[in-house]
Amino acid sequence: MAKLRSAAGLETLRADIVSRRDPGKRCIAVCAGAGCDAACSAAVVDALREEAAKKSIDVKVTGCHGLCEKGPNVVVTPGELCYFGVRPEDAPGIVAGTAKGVRMDEVPFYKHQMRLLIGDNPRIDPTRIEDYLALGGYAALSKALFQMTPDQVLDQVKKANLRGRGGGGFPAGLKWETAKNAPADERYVIVNGHEGEPGAFMDRALFTGNPHKVLEGLIIGAHAIGAHRGFIYTRHDSPKLIEHIETALAQAEAYGLLGENILGSGFDFEVEVHFDVGIFVSGESSALMRSIEGNPPEPRPKYVRTSVSGIWEKPSNLNNVETWANVSQIISRGADWYASIGTEGSKGTKLVSLSGHVVNSGVAEVPMGTPLRTIVHDIGGGVADAKPLKALHFGGPMGGSIPERLIDTPLDFDALAALGAPIGAGGLLVMDDGTDMVDMARYFLEFLTHESCGKCVPCREGLLQMLKILTSMTNGKGRNGDIARLEDLAEVTGMACLCALGKTASDPLRSMLRHFKDEYEARIPAGG
Amino acid sequence: MCSDKIDQILARHRGKPGALIRVLIEIQHEKRWLPKEALAKVAQALEVPLSRVTQIATFYKTFSLKPKGRHEVHVCTGSSCHVRGAARLLAEVQRMTGLKPGETDSESRFSLETGSCLGSCSLGPEIIVDGTHHARMTPAKVEGVLKRYS
Amino acid sequence: MKRESPPVAEIVLQIDGKAVKATEGMTVLQAASSATISIPTLCHHEKLEPYGACRLCMVEVEARGRKSYVVSCLYPVARDLIVRTRSDKVDKIRRVILEELLAHAPHSPELMRLAQEYGADKDRFEKESSFCILCGLCVRYCAEIKGKNAVGFVDHGARRKIRFVPEIASNECWDCQECFALCPTSFAQAAYFLTEALAFPGRRKAWTP
Repeated sequence: MAKLRSAAGLETLRADIVSRRDPGKRCIAVCAGAGCDAACSAAVVDALREEAAKKSIDVKVTGCHGLCEKGPNVVVTPGELCYFGVRPEDAPGIVAGTAKGVRMDEVPFYKHQMRLLIGDNPRIDPTRIEDYLALGGYAALSKALFQMTPDQVLDQVKKANLRGRGGGGFPAGLKWETAKNAPADERYVIVNGHEGEPGAFMDRALFTGNPHKVLEGLIIGAHAIGAHRGFIYTRHDSPKLIEHIETALAQAEAYGLLGENILGSGFDFEVEVHFDVGIFVSGESSALMRSIEGNPPEPRPKYVRTSVSGIWEKPSNLNNVETWANVSQIISRGADWYASIGTEGSKGTKLVSLSGHVVNSGVAEVPMGTPLRTIVHDIGGGVADAKPLKALHFGGPMGGSIPERLIDTPLDFDALAALGAPIGAGGLLVMDDGTDMVDMARYFLEFLTHESCGKCVPCREGLLQMLKILTSMTNGKGRNGDIARLEDLAEVTGMACLCALGKTASDPLRSMLRHFKDEYEARIPAGG
Repeated sequence: MCSDKIDQILARHRGKPGALIRVLIEIQHEKRWLPKEALAKVAQALEVPLSRVTQIATFYKTFSLKPKGRHEVHVCTGSSCHVRGAARLLAEVQRMTGLKPGETDSESRFSLETGSCLGSCSLGPEIIVDGTHHARMTPAKVEGVLKRYS
Repeated sequence: MKRESPPVAEIVLQIDGKAVKATEGMTVLQAASSATISIPTLCHHEKLEPYGACRLCMVEVEARGRKSYVVSCLYPVARDLIVRTRSDKVDKIRRVILEELLAHAPHSPELMRLAQEYGADKDRFEKESSFCILCGLCVRYCAEIKGKNAVGFVDHGARRKIRFVPEIASNECWDCQECFALCPTSFAQAAYFLTEALAFPGRRKAWTP
């Protein structure tokens, strides 16, 4: 393929790709997301391909469709007919069209969603850039390069009020502006695809299933900020994710969408991939940047933002996978459209990974402001085994739990933070009434004592002491003064730690002491 | 044994301290652990102090300073598997193998690991042996799964 | 001596109600100590890069009406910054940190003195087996001043520890031992002799002619 050297060249290529495709031709999309892949969707692909070879039907291997619980998942277009729990022996029926499928918009899991980011997954083979181009891919990049100035792009992202999806909810536009304006001869952009928290799998679903969407956002951001070098930091333990990212980079470069003189605009941008080798703290932004430099991923203690002084002390703008994936639609459809979705302070849609005691585990995407009840009951199908719901936990080991009575709270950065259960990256753990909330705090602390760097005292020692107290409480050995000890440790950890991991490490415990204190008191002998 | 492979890896990165993590990943993939002699060679070739090499090699859980068994048994202890009973599952795997997480048996049959969520929460609780997921496990099913690996 | 570069800007900030003069680029800890205001530290050493790990030097700062808690060994001075080196919250942070460290080294003279000042109870938390508090003075001194890297950190999280590297220590440490005096708990010395006894007994450099 020849490198594209103009906006018109891109549109010609797109028209050519689209013209070769017959929208009426049947296509069978098999999900190979984390859940379906582990449930042997590869065997289903083989069976379908063997069957389809006899007819003129395409079989596409795609990223995560969303409803992991019912995998392996298959969607047949046109008509978007869903087949769940597909086994190789179901292939003849699906290919012949005799097996009964359910229209996607009639599946309760899907029909309450707004799938702006993940909705393309069943239509895209992540290893083929042509699939992304056929759906309008890289048109936003072309618009940003040729019809807008970098400042106009920045202005749109600010006006859209896109807030970071990685945990803090910090406005992306303000971060971009800081990195853009910080004095330096060089600046960098980074995709944080670390996603190390247990129960969070939406970034993997999006990045593995539609890598170009993230990459397009990154290139647009780099141009707006004035960066010519970008980094993707991701997990080393997901072979498909790595393969799809590396393939996407190579294909984008081959088409002139990455590298020197992108689309003939004169803008140069290159991307390197770096890997976490298995520790949660390396997802913390300053630790991640230390790691990219080749140093141990210890958070940097300096009082200066990484957007001013990050990798090699140059301005470094880091956003997570989902944040970058939002950029292209803001550019193509406009900030006003984007800001019309969501609540006053939280715009757009949010990916949520549902897990725990829920009927439908999976990745859902809903407009900000959607009541948690809709997510858990309508989309998630309620609590498994028809047990009563006890609590919802957001944000994993740096998040918090809220009790069932708060289930009408909207999915909103500020509303949930005020309740002590910030959205975090969007991992939502559903817990039934058999869950022990003392054990849950113990669990998260045990995770973090293994996953922190161990540099600063209040994190290393504070988490360990909290873990010891909670372990003895869950073993029926609670002592007088334990709750006061926990409260002091949690407070000091929150105030004194070096990095965001440490500062929020006691948040799950604090949320549980706030909403479930009676369970803690019950573990202390009478009079405690 | 295999030391020429390690030499080949080192030759590609000689004198580049920034390549430390990449080199360790490559050696780990090649040998499935990081022998002590290899760490000393890495320090010399990349011109990095041995103490730094040791720090990195012990910092990340992926790196192993001990040889691994023929089969790697991974019990997922992510939050979803946890609420779905991973602790009971782990206890049964430990009882069956006689191993604690991080250990390898004397016949090098199994290495036991716990840890990070692989994102297949819908299948939990699960154990993953040599990359194959065994979904919706119960303690009673452990024996049947482990028997398949010798 | 004549200055080659233009003079650095002078900054006046307020520490514990006192106007303190400082220059741009200084830390709050440096400014405080120049005005003989003492702030406790465990991992700080004036010859070494600031480390920010013990968190004992935390102070309360107020800038543009916003109050926050920062480590003074790293926080840069700024015009009109208001610093309070003691407050209920600051004292609580120090007390709990000391209690956490006393679980490791209940008999360290330095910790005992600070514990008395901040009312820390050495028995409040369950005891730990290692008496190293991981201030990193030995590791950083060996790397930054001596350039030898004979002692380093290993592992992570709650399992982090210091370890002498036998291959280097056997050649370098016997003639130096300068880190022993820096250690607030005498652990560095113990760790060295243990390493020697296990890894290179009788083979230290000084014994060979």
